[in-house]
Amino acid sequence: MFDYSFHWRIAFKALPDMLNGAWVTLETAALSMLLGTLIALLLTLLRQQQNPLLRGFAETWVSIARNTPSLFQIYILYFGLGAFGLHVSSWLALLAGITFNNAGYLAENFRGGLKAVPDTQMRAARSLGMNAFQAYRLIIVPQLLRIVFHPLSNQMVWAVLMTSLGVIVGLNNDLTGVTQDYNVKTFRTFEYFALAAVLYYLIAKTIVLSARLMAWRLFRY
Amino acid sequence: MFSTSLTASDLLFMLQGAWVTLQLTAAAMLIGTLSGVLCGLLRAALPRASLPLAWVLDVFRSVPLLIQFVLFNSLKSIAGLDISAFAVGCLVLGIYAAAFCSEIVRSGIQAVPANLRRAARSLGMSYWQDLRFVVLPLATRVAFPGWLNLVLSVMKDTALVMWIGIFELLRTSQSVVTRIQEPLLVLCIAGLIYYLMSLMVAQLGNRLEKRWQEND
Repeated sequence: MFDYSFHWRIAFKALPDMLNGAWVTLETAALSMLLGTLIALLLTLLRQQQNPLLRGFAETWVSIARNTPSLFQIYILYFGLGAFGLHVSSWLALLAGITFNNAGYLAENFRGGLKAVPDTQMRAARSLGMNAFQAYRLIIVPQLLRIVFHPLSNQMVWAVLMTSLGVIVGLNNDLTGVTQDYNVKTFRTFEYFALAAVLYYLIAKTIVLSARLMAWRLFRY
Repeated sequence: MFSTSLTASDLLFMLQGAWVTLQLTAAAMLIGTLSGVLCGLLRAALPRASLPLAWVLDVFRSVPLLIQFVLFNSLKSIAGLDISAFAVGCLVLGIYAAAFCSEIVRSGIQAVPANLRRAARSLGMSYWQDLRFVVLPLATRVAFPGWLNLVLSVMKDTALVMWIGIFELLRTSQSVVTRIQEPLLVLCIAGLIYYLMSLMVAQLGNRLEKRWQEND
């Protein structure tokens, strides 16, 4: 049935380069998560404002991020910004696209989490003499992060998987990019991409495991 | 500044792409839902014995869809199967959807209280009757919002099939961009179409959910 000889040895020779690529992938994902979480917190606050302009901005961001493909978001940042004479590198377009996406999804999670933090917490904090910023920073956000920790770690896995889209806008130093580079040089598609799949699986499992360890360490009373 | 060389036939071309996107979504959801429900039932009925199945499905959730497409496409050539790229796209998306659907179904079934099932059995229902008349109606209501989310996410993930050479919405808009060199306009139209399709599916789902809730 298989009229094909597998050449695993050349694939394994590419492993060091692919591991470097995996590191770039992880860095990009982590950076986008960090920025995405901060923006998502901001969006969550904006969505609670009375000002229709601010609220509308946040609502628009969230609905666009959630209702269009992430590949489309990366595309419009990469090709669309070029129409304004703004030429962004493919890595920057990828990072911005994933961050945009992450922020939208996380904002929705945070809104759910914020509902789970009782209003009385805020009132108690304010009546203890904290100002609004202190109350948010010291009382609300820590409780919120505890509630959304699981969705947050899930989103981190998503972010890693989304970095693979960078190759479509021409990124060549993340894991998929490196794999694709080797692929076009040798046409050993199956071997290289199987190796990449294994690496992605390991990265995803490592994230899940370390999130579990972190949760165990952070959330014991 | 506001003149454009976008023609009606370009728009029609993009709408054809959108139609391919919808077809892919429907086919993938059909495969995904059928096998997902089967796997989910199995996972709920025999949690221990079906653990290997869970591991296998977990792989499909932790590997980027793009890589799955490339892998299956090359595997197809290696195995000498003569199927179209469209079929490969449907199959990969279907398996991907099944991996998520099985979890949704499993958690839906587990949301049915065990005492309710015992009550059904003690009323003389057989195992299948219990499943058919008690568990599934209740589990469907719990699992439906998750399933709807899955439909929306699969519809967005169909954008990735362009990598194996299927002309769906995003790929068609890209080729229009290549022709008329107005990326912002064309991509905005493509985004709008995606947005409207998502909105439509979400609206349909919400209406269905409302109708079910009337009888509860």
